[in-house]
Amino acid sequence: MTEGQPAATGLALTSPKVVPVRHWGQWVGAAVVIGLVVLLIRAIASNEVIQWGIIGERLTASAILDGLGITIWLTIASMLLGLVGGVVLAVMRLSTNGLLRTMSGAYIWLFRGTPVLVQILLWFNLALFFPTIGFGDFSLNTNDLITPFGAALLALALNESAYMAEIVRAGIQSVDSGQVEAAEALGMEKTLVMRRIVLPQAMRVIIPPTGNELVTLLKTTSLVAVIGAGDLLTKAQAIGAVDFTRMEMLIVASVWYIVLTSIFTYGQMLLERRFQRGHNTGNGRPTLTSRLAANLRPGRVTTPKVNR
Amino acid sequence: MTAPETPATLMVDVTGVHKSFGSLEVLKGVDLKVRSGEVTSLLGPSGSGKSTLLRCLNHLERVTSGSVRIDGQLVGYRAQGDKLYELRESEVAQQRRDVGMVFQRFNLFPHMTALQNVMEAPVRVRHEAKRTVSDRAIALLDRVGLADRAHHYPAQLSGGQQQRVAIARALAMQPKMMLFDEPTSALDPELVGDVLDVMRKLADDGMTMVVVTHEIAFAREVCDTLVFMDDGCIVESGKPRDVLSNPQHARTRAFLSKVL
Repeated sequence: MTEGQPAATGLALTSPKVVPVRHWGQWVGAAVVIGLVVLLIRAIASNEVIQWGIIGERLTASAILDGLGITIWLTIASMLLGLVGGVVLAVMRLSTNGLLRTMSGAYIWLFRGTPVLVQILLWFNLALFFPTIGFGDFSLNTNDLITPFGAALLALALNESAYMAEIVRAGIQSVDSGQVEAAEALGMEKTLVMRRIVLPQAMRVIIPPTGNELVTLLKTTSLVAVIGAGDLLTKAQAIGAVDFTRMEMLIVASVWYIVLTSIFTYGQMLLERRFQRGHNTGNGRPTLTSRLAANLRPGRVTTPKVNR
Repeated sequence: MTAPETPATLMVDVTGVHKSFGSLEVLKGVDLKVRSGEVTSLLGPSGSGKSTLLRCLNHLERVTSGSVRIDGQLVGYRAQGDKLYELRESEVAQQRRDVGMVFQRFNLFPHMTALQNVMEAPVRVRHEAKRTVSDRAIALLDRVGLADRAHHYPAQLSGGQQQRVAIARALAMQPKMMLFDEPTSALDPELVGDVLDVMRKLADDGMTMVVVTHEIAFAREVCDTLVFMDDGCIVESGKPRDVLSNPQHARTRAFLSKVL
């Protein structure tokens, strides 16, 4: 201790060691939870009814891999169609044309207001109402036109459009109105302004929640098993029903779902981290436009803000 | 204002313009004439309607009544009988191509480089060849002193540099005239000079300009006509020296005593 230092502080002048707060409660809690998890795993693993060998085998069975392929294909196809539909609906929703605005509003209300499971069943059973679809002499049998997979894709894509519309709308509205004015003052027409100026900037706001939607959609595709659309769950249940391995096959499906969800979530995390970088340049809380500007810089160099 | 104006020399001809936002009347019968090659400054307290008037000139705001003519052409409407029919969007866009506008907040496109900002409209709107536009755009950036910043994004430029890119962007459409809406109000004091220099050069080159500004010195030096507005009306206008040194109206005097 240095001389002349007031005794009350009890501190040496030269670099005292910092002792962080110890979170004893956390350690105790962790021990309890780990104990419970071990017990649970033991209960499942030692269950003699579950045939663990079968699970390992069936993970890569060709029918399961087929189903997995269909699940991925269904997810990506519905997402792409949903994105396109969402952009169209969002632009309609924000249009000055009252008819377009109302149509879009009604669509979103209808498709977000009914459960997607019901929508899947409705499309699948469309033939009950309309045995044939066509006009004049040209008509097709509805059941030939709308296969289980077709009904699944139709239902998921149309439903996803309604949800994407709201995300895209938020993205479009996040773009500063001065951008539209500047573009219009240059003589650009509305569609060109949307395509070249607004949407590229809106994408920065649209992409992160779209990642969430994709993960949700992936899990939602399992609903199409009710119409036997041939996805992962359909295949798993079909096999399970034949040789009484119902639980085992559900575990097989779960393993694949969690693998896919983890991959998608990881991709989404990378994407979001990319968009978050360079946000806190300048003084205080950055404005949305300065954030966007920072995001859009290719090198994302942190330069001090000159203008303030 | 004594000689009769022939339409050919009149670039801007505003007659009896009223503009209301809901029940709030922002312009209460405004007449404004700007001859080709002239620079006119709009001066006045905030809320006096000067920015609204400027925005009526390229139909960013539609007038409630009255008429706006640019280079003899009615803006935003087609006269037929005693009625004015609003033009379709594509026709309004067509008209705006001839009138450049510079905004207080620059409004550069943040996802494009300075060069891309300048090239965007000529390439996408006029469908000119990229090569010729690119040469012209670089020449324009050089003219505003930013040739070395062509490949920078707006966020990498200072406010003054952004505003000069915005001027180059407007000039790239080779407009008949330019509108400036408080072009230096959002800038740090030390950056104002560069922007005003560019505007001064533009005026010297004979560009017709209407400028909403608070820069009294700029108005005095560069403008041919100074228009003072208050409460939605033009209170007085004339040679800047006359209006500034010998204002006729009490409201002009009151305003000038605060800003000079």
